[in-house]
Amino acid sequence: MIRRSYDIVIIGSGAGGGTVAQELSLLCREGVRIAVLEKGPKLRDDEFTGRELEMAQALYEDGGGFLTAERTMTLAFGCAYGGSTAVYTGTSLLPPQRILEHWNVPSLTFADVEQRARKFAVENNVHLVEDELLNENNRLFVEGCRRLNYRVQQFPVNLKGCRSSSLCNLGCPNQAKQGTDRVQLPRAERNGVEVITRCEALRIGEKTVFARVHEKPAGGKGEPSSWEPGEYEISAKVIVVCAGAIHSPALLVRSGLARKLPRLGHGFTCHPAIIMVAEHDRTITNFVGHPKSFYLDQFAESDRFLLETCMYFPFTTAKAMAGFGEAHSRFMRAFPRLQMILVLACDEVDPHNRVSVDGSGRPVVHYRFTPEVRKGLVQGAVTSAKIFFAAGAVRVHLPVAQIPTIERAEAERLNHIAEHPDFKPGKISISAAHLQGGCVMGRGLADSVTDAYGRVHGIPWLFVADASLFPNSLEINPYLTIMALADRVAENIRKEAHTLL
Amino acid sequence: MTTLFPVRGVFRAVVSTVVPEASQLDEQGWQELEMLVEATLRDRPPAMLRQLRLFLRAVQWLPVFRYGRGFTSLSAEKRKQVLSRLQDHRLELIRCGFWGLRAMAFLGFYGRAEALRTIGYAADPRGWGVPR
Repeated sequence: MIRRSYDIVIIGSGAGGGTVAQELSLLCREGVRIAVLEKGPKLRDDEFTGRELEMAQALYEDGGGFLTAERTMTLAFGCAYGGSTAVYTGTSLLPPQRILEHWNVPSLTFADVEQRARKFAVENNVHLVEDELLNENNRLFVEGCRRLNYRVQQFPVNLKGCRSSSLCNLGCPNQAKQGTDRVQLPRAERNGVEVITRCEALRIGEKTVFARVHEKPAGGKGEPSSWEPGEYEISAKVIVVCAGAIHSPALLVRSGLARKLPRLGHGFTCHPAIIMVAEHDRTITNFVGHPKSFYLDQFAESDRFLLETCMYFPFTTAKAMAGFGEAHSRFMRAFPRLQMILVLACDEVDPHNRVSVDGSGRPVVHYRFTPEVRKGLVQGAVTSAKIFFAAGAVRVHLPVAQIPTIERAEAERLNHIAEHPDFKPGKISISAAHLQGGCVMGRGLADSVTDAYGRVHGIPWLFVADASLFPNSLEINPYLTIMALADRVAENIRKEAHTLL
Repeated sequence: MTTLFPVRGVFRAVVSTVVPEASQLDEQGWQELEMLVEATLRDRPPAMLRQLRLFLRAVQWLPVFRYGRGFTSLSAEKRKQVLSRLQDHRLELIRCGFWGLRAMAFLGFYGRAEALRTIGYAADPRGWGVPR
């Protein structure tokens, strides 16, 4: 066992960990030693090729196909320098006031979170994509929504020098997306923070992290870790867990804290999503241009779903569609004519849905689709189909229908399908990338794992600062809100530095 | 030994049913497809790999009760019927098993550069900078 010592150890380098690292890095000038432990690798710029399978394998946990315990949904989350900010599309929305008020966390005000989120919107160059760079996949969504009188909105995105490769979810090959891997982490490193990649936190003891540094696999992408492969015992006066909504609660469970913290692992939500595909009778621009430029949230409160433009890669698209055989292949052969929409259900906390670990300590996510989630996905899918047809599509792939191909002439069947969907978990492909909860913040042990500043109840030196803090689903893309909460946690640690360090 | 080796014949029959174009692959194409699948499975838990092999064996032998012969000996139409029944099975566990198998078929087939050319997918890091 190799021993190391720091004042502050941050576990994870995504939207939460990267932000905490930057915000605490000013303490390095006062001699405070800070380390970030990141399980994934740091890739060189020239290693971002945009090739689907190799990039998914290099940047995502389980190649983007982490299965829930029920095996009815896959979860996609990053495992790399920058965490999931290396693989998101850069969509950066301010937190909704109604959600923050619904969370009802003492001392957590909408004004405070919004102000912090705006700070990062400026810092990470969040803006609307220029009109001339929008592709037809996005324009057709706007057109279809407007014909149906839906209130479509444009996503603010955090890009700089975007060349519209459409490959955001495979790690930007042009380094244009301003995630923590491009902004906060490099700044933290310049200020003196050490980032140790390929370093997996195994468990936390009394002011100690037990970790394993992995060797770079043969033929794998990324730099080797700056530390020798092996087992480490890292002491720290403050530990900030920012490993995301799966690994943060799993790490605390492995550390024997489940008995002390009855809500640990609970409160997991994830915006379960299905990918909708439609075919036009002409080639459209779809795999060039920013893939996610518009969204529709007017049904979030009433029907519990959101729609977003999207454009996925061949394997992901094939997997996302229901069925197989000739009907499936026909859509795939029409790839340059495909339009896509992502349907996300606004799920609520459910007692069954939680994070635990298996016998070997690996995270296990239990998730069942509540009737409200099923309804949200079905309504969202049918609404998407109507938007596709309004935009001129000739056929739509509707995964919640017994026969998924719906020709334009059969569009009147849509309302019947909405009433009688064929929603079979295990048949329909459902995935999620907005993973939230598991170490939720709140008032006390009965309702939460941490207080409103991310401090774990009863453990003054242990903090959480990532999406696992969310007491319930955010109902929008979460990154700016994660950064805002992480900023709040870091500010509180700075204020208490004289007693903590 | 690889994950697919003991069940390669039935895996190829499943892939050809899931993606009919796969039946036109030559040996080199099949090897490329299988290598992609093996590379993906390499880091998965051993229990999952065992279940995949078990599921493939079940796909091969279940049709014996209905058709009197194994999956690999069935016509294309009957193979499709067998897989459709698995996909819509009343037991979620069976549906999930087929979903996983189907995903591997798509991964192997659409993970190949040749398949991308065939379907016309040409995303490029240069984005709008590529003449179209």
